[in-house]
Amino acid sequence: MSGVRVLVGTRKGAFILTADGKRQNWEVSGPFFTGWEIYHLKGSPADPNRIYASQSSGWFGQVIQRSSDGGKTWDTPGGGITMDGPMPKGESNKFVYDASPETGKPLTTHQFYDGTQKPWVFKRVWHLEPSLDDPDAVYAGVEDAALFRSTDGAHSWQELSGLRGHGTGPKWQPGAGGMCLHTVLIDPSNPQRIFVAISAAGAFRTDDGGKNWKPINRGLRSEFIPDQTAEVGHCVHRIALHGSRPNTLFMQKHWDVMRSDNAGDTWHEISGNLPTDFGFVIDVHAHEPETIYVVPIKNDSQHFPLDGKLRVYRSRTGGNEWEPLTKGLPQRDCYVNVLRDAMAVDSLDKCGVYFGTTGGQVYVSPDAGDNWTPIVRDLPGVLSVEVQTLS
Amino acid sequence: MIRVILPAHLRTLAHVEGEVQLEVEGRVTQRSVLDALEARYPMLQGTIRDHVTRERRPFLRFFACEEDFSLEPPDSPLPDEVAKGKEPFLIIGAIAGGNVGWCKGPKFSSGGWTSHRAAWGVGPLQH
Repeated sequence: MSGVRVLVGTRKGAFILTADGKRQNWEVSGPFFTGWEIYHLKGSPADPNRIYASQSSGWFGQVIQRSSDGGKTWDTPGGGITMDGPMPKGESNKFVYDASPETGKPLTTHQFYDGTQKPWVFKRVWHLEPSLDDPDAVYAGVEDAALFRSTDGAHSWQELSGLRGHGTGPKWQPGAGGMCLHTVLIDPSNPQRIFVAISAAGAFRTDDGGKNWKPINRGLRSEFIPDQTAEVGHCVHRIALHGSRPNTLFMQKHWDVMRSDNAGDTWHEISGNLPTDFGFVIDVHAHEPETIYVVPIKNDSQHFPLDGKLRVYRSRTGGNEWEPLTKGLPQRDCYVNVLRDAMAVDSLDKCGVYFGTTGGQVYVSPDAGDNWTPIVRDLPGVLSVEVQTLS
Repeated sequence: MIRVILPAHLRTLAHVEGEVQLEVEGRVTQRSVLDALEARYPMLQGTIRDHVTRERRPFLRFFACEEDFSLEPPDSPLPDEVAKGKEPFLIIGAIAGGNVGWCKGPKFSSGGWTSHRAAWGVGPLQH
């Protein structure tokens, strides 16, 4: 029987929510990694039992956890207790920028909030993106912004330094939450093509598996930077695509909802009739590539819904024409936020849509957004939501 | 046998309860104790010291015998009481708030923690 497994990262641990295909009765397991910030968990498309988790702490740094049984048990790859046998390297949490003369790029500086230049310093993993066809291959988007890859099940990581080192790095700067690489999208028709997004640098694309990268920000306009149409410096919050049309990208920028139909070469605005086009999340319906979802947030200094009403907006026309979805969502006194990695869709016949809030609620709509219900109401603040559709 | 007390989150990560006991070869210093600890529990690599620089993470402190050794050179010998296993080497997560002037370091007795006021640091900015 089909079902879903929702992977929820929060400020104080991870939770796994499971249900059958009706998505009415839910089982909640967790917290896992209690007390740690779980920025992101994601399952492998090639093996749903393989799940990776980013566990982080301001005190103890970064830890990568891995499950091979659908989240029942977890381990730190290569970090087991040593009694006998070869010494594990314990490098699953070792993210070192590649500055080697042979393969790397010089560890240049990037712009800081005050305009001065600062060297790259690893802080945490924001996003884990497993390969589409290999359970042992996974990408990690990190702060300070860079992309790492593991091909050994997260035992070890190597930077794809062509991104950080392609030339525009010194112009990148942190957004309010840090200089993070938060979005990694792999083109299902061509895994050599990968899109990433960085706050606040913009979107980038490789067509050769990560060796060479280029900015793809033409058409973006950001009023908060000196050159509003600069090649880089845009605070992109999230990008989404539908697997059947990988050249069409949807973007929630700091302000503005954008669309590209040529793999990011150019963008145009599709904010249309949204009441505000500030926000963090954006996602695409599993079966309708022109149906997209956003959660408008009041503005960049007031990170909560307009008028205290939590509304998801849906466009069935690929943008510009939006309808508010409110059934089952609080329509008064609601002042939560929905962070950039906290929306996902399942691929059951009736597409389910999920999102989590900073107030600890995780909502599900089993009918593509028409009706919503909270799965849980009182988790710690939700940092990320991912869904696995299980057969 | 060297006794090491880890913060609760690192005990969970290392799958240990209570204090850790380690054999340390040669001089007993911060470096030799942490080297032995990380060799025994590889999952702790990077959580106490930076992977590359081997420097103490900013929000962690090292205590022993009611004294703060956090700023001591890593190759300085630790007190004999630690080397002989009479007193533990304590790794403490710094606590936001408080006042450095109050700090006498953590005390440990057979009854468990009695007090500690390691008082530095604030949490990082998130999202």
